[in-house]
Amino acid sequence: MDQNDRRPGAELVPVTLVVNGETRRLEIEPAVTLLDLLRERLHLTGTKKGCDQGQCGACTVLVDGRRVNACLQLAVMRDGCDVVTIEGLGTPDDLHPMQAAFVARDAFQCGYCTPGQICSAVALVAEGQARTPDEIRELMSGNLCRCGAYSNIAAAIGDVMAGAAGAKEAAE
Amino acid sequence: MTPFSYLRAQSLQDAIAALAAEPGSRVIAGGTNLVDLMKYDVEAPRRLVDITRLPLHGVIPTDAGGLRIGALTPNSDLAYHPQAARDYPLLASAILAGASAQLRNAATTGGNLLQRTRCPYFYDVATACNKRAPGSGCSARTGINRNAAILGASEACVATHPSDMCVALAALEAIVHVEGPNGARALPIADLHRLPGDAPERDVTLDRGEIITAVELPSPRFGRHHSYLKLRDRLSYAFALVSVAAALEIAGGRVVTARLALGGVAHKPWRIREAEALLEGAAPSRAAFAEAADRLLQGAVGLGGNDFKIPLARRAIIRALTQAADGAPQSQSRKVIN
Ligand SMILES: Cc1cc2nc3c(=O)[nH]c(=O)nc-3n(C[C@H](O)[C@H](O)[C@H](O)COP(=O)(O)OP(=O)(O)OC[C@H]3O[C@@H](n4cnc5c(N)ncnc54)[C@H](O)[C@@H]3O)c2cc1C
Ligand code: SF4
Ligand code: FES
Ligand code: FES
Repeated sequence: MDQNDRRPGAELVPVTLVVNGETRRLEIEPAVTLLDLLRERLHLTGTKKGCDQGQCGACTVLVDGRRVNACLQLAVMRDGCDVVTIEGLGTPDDLHPMQAAFVARDAFQCGYCTPGQICSAVALVAEGQARTPDEIRELMSGNLCRCGAYSNIAAAIGDVMAGAAGAKEAAE
Repeated sequence: MTPFSYLRAQSLQDAIAALAAEPGSRVIAGGTNLVDLMKYDVEAPRRLVDITRLPLHGVIPTDAGGLRIGALTPNSDLAYHPQAARDYPLLASAILAGASAQLRNAATTGGNLLQRTRCPYFYDVATACNKRAPGSGCSARTGINRNAAILGASEACVATHPSDMCVALAALEAIVHVEGPNGARALPIADLHRLPGDAPERDVTLDRGEIITAVELPSPRFGRHHSYLKLRDRLSYAFALVSVAAALEIAGGRVVTARLALGGVAHKPWRIREAEALLEGAAPSRAAFAEAADRLLQGAVGLGGNDFKIPLARRAIIRALTQAADGAPQSQSRKVIN
């Protein structure tokens, strides 16, 4: 379905979201997913649609700071929430440390999974549950990469975690 | 998706009334199962009742020394909750064995209990499926049945319940609190899910309009003698072919209490009290574990594609009980099976 086309009989509901720091007010059908809202209505196409079923992680975004699959979220249910997408993490001139680490480690090939990988990885570091390489891999298992860039992705995340730990020690 | 209307419930009474008033209404919580099914028109509710703004969050200690988990508690919050992780590591482990970090962030405790089967025909509206379209037949019986049930199945349906969390909750003898048009009630988790029988369209014993409000755990007693062992087609982010939740209370070299539940093998977490009783009073040993496994799997039958589950389950039970007895639970990140 083209999310811009309103279907006959479908009601519209108002939704307000803060997306990458900007307040957005929209009227949408309740059936619109957060993923389609971001891509089709706000034209933030950095967030990708892979499976549309929660099975690949390409659509991973941060909602109120937590990583979720945007394809399984009804946007209307997230009314009032804060959403961060890959576009909100950094810019080409001012990369987020995780983006920079992905570049430095060549942690992609086609790049389709990359925005989801990076959003997921940023949340993984913030969650603080992963300490070992095994734990990084396990807690990144919700992000598939058909190009198989896994070892470099894990290395990039390890770099950022080591940097964050180093920075924390320096501050203490 | 079939168009539907949306109601954001402001109170539990609101939600219960809305569900009772319109038969086509459905509760939505994390949405990770229902939205998926709605995309395929497997489910087509006329109205969604969003319960996520209701005060059903939080993990609270009970007077009985247990824990009361609000139905809206996300799976990840529960797994990482300090007291839950300390006192119920079997539950935390089972949750972390399921889905992905993203999905666990969205998925709720109540939704996890009521998630529907992953039988491929249930998802494919072009095929016959008694669970989706009662009376249409069961395609899995003679079709692809690799993930089908080996225990408790019926002529009408051979689907399995896909949850990992529920298998641990079954072993821990959790109580499910619900509230509906006729008031509040509590039921043992063993009585929540049903066997398919001749009504596979009904997964659970809840009445229309009933909402799960909380899950309660009795006081902890298994210490480090537990393990959740999940076997699947890939090491992570896949549903169980077979899973085992094992918990033992050991004193003076003997098993005092044993709890054993299987996932991936039946329409509900599979638990047989006699299998556990076989272990109680005995010293932990491979022979005793094998005997319990055989009792738990008594009557298991394959359909062809899932025949392998019977010997796999037997070995998994013995392994999980060994891990539990040794106080060396299966790691959910380092997947080597010790
Ligand atoms: C790709 C993928 C992989 C997965 N892998 C696993 C896995 O390995 N192991 C595993 O265990 N799970 C797995 N899951 C399933 C996941 O755990 C469930 O989708 C999730 O737990 C459902 O919770 P929810 O809050 O999102 O439910 P929803 O989708 O909101 O609801 C599910 C059902 O429960 C009902 N409901 C929800 N809350 C209540 C309530 N409080 N009272 C009454 N009814 C209610 C809804 O009406 C609906 O019928 C996976 C899911 C996906 C998409
Ligand atoms: S096993 Fe159950 S869910 Fe699967 S096709 Fe048969 S009736 Fe449907
Ligand atoms: S597009 Fe959302 S998980 Fe694949
Ligand atoms: S870089 Fe191509 S899918 Fe990951």
